[in-house]
Amino acid sequence: MEAPQTCLVVDDSRVVRKAARRILERHAFQVSEAEDGQQALESCRASLPKLVLLDWNMPVMDGLEFLKAARAEFGPDEPVIMLCTTESEFDRIVTALGAGAQEYIMKPFDDAILTGKLVQLGLVAEEAEP
Amino acid sequence: MNADSFASIAALVKARSGIVLTPDKEYMLDTRLAPILKQEGIVNMDALAIRLRDARAEALARTVTEALTTNESSFFRDGKPFEHLKRLLPKLQGARPPGHRLRIWSAACSTGQEAYSIAMVLRELGIKDAEIFGSDLSREVVDRARDGVFTQFEVQRGLPVQMLVKYFRQESGKWRVSPDLRGMARFEERNLLGDHKALGRFDVIFCRNVLIYFDPPTKGKVMNALAAQLAPDGVLYLGGAETVLGLTERLVPVTGERGAYGLAENRSLL
Repeated sequence: MEAPQTCLVVDDSRVVRKAARRILERHAFQVSEAEDGQQALESCRASLPKLVLLDWNMPVMDGLEFLKAARAEFGPDEPVIMLCTTESEFDRIVTALGAGAQEYIMKPFDDAILTGKLVQLGLVAEEAEP
Repeated sequence: MNADSFASIAALVKARSGIVLTPDKEYMLDTRLAPILKQEGIVNMDALAIRLRDARAEALARTVTEALTTNESSFFRDGKPFEHLKRLLPKLQGARPPGHRLRIWSAACSTGQEAYSIAMVLRELGIKDAEIFGSDLSREVVDRARDGVFTQFEVQRGLPVQMLVKYFRQESGKWRVSPDLRGMARFEERNLLGDHKALGRFDVIFCRNVLIYFDPPTKGKVMNALAAQLAPDGVLYLGGAETVLGLTERLVPVTGERGAYGLAENRSLL
């Protein structure tokens, strides 16, 4: 059997982490969680996930700092990093893409949005769309 | 709602749009018509059915039909047809005389996501000589398509974020398509059951996820009418759950491409 795809959900809100986990697990992802960028970086060093779902505004180390650190340490392609944040300004999105994010979700999000983005990233089959 | 009321509303919608409402769709009538009942001060569905029997209730009949026939949409819906389109358009362009404008019809365009997805494909391919025609039964959705303004939720359905920042601009919490994309498309109210001859010939027609609401004779009639507007080597895209089998002789599947159809008399070229 193929090894399950892995996703690290990084968000300081337990509610958001839980909501994302529920959707990701439905697509057979193996999900781990981190509460800030620093925890996420340590988690990636221990085991690099396929995908990181990344909040922007968090204590200790924010999402953009994590993104830059991860790209410097693990390279431009891995892990796939998708922002998931209330930051919805055009310039913020451009900043995140410039720093090496592959995708971007503006909160609030739902199953249709997250699943659709997973399909676009080729991480989930097209038939899985809700 | 009594059975007569349902039947008379269903008959009205069928006559105006060709869309068949089976009795299991009663919940849809309830949820979609509730705002109209409230707005018009009509007490219930039975009273609405009676109001609609009056020939002077044209505006109300129109509103009811639109409410029951509009569907949610997303950018690059179903992915595969757009992958095929990317390969098809350069071939069609190569087969046309220099200066020919490729014409593409989004025949149930809803709020415009399909038309603007096609526009983005054309831009990505660097094809400038092209025009997109979007049509829909509903005046309300055609107006929205024409505006080209989408909510944050809508631009996150099917649209890769790189395309969002490339082709859209933020405007008080919403997202507006660039003037460049907007200028490639025009939109018009149009009933698929009508006569389309005046529209001229199209190189590509999208008519997805609307025929499923029609009964088989109507499906066949609409498909024949679309085929009549299609260039000999053109392609018609239908929805994933739709087929031409047993409904029309004029269209045949493009080998290996689900949802893509060409003209039967031109089979050898596909």
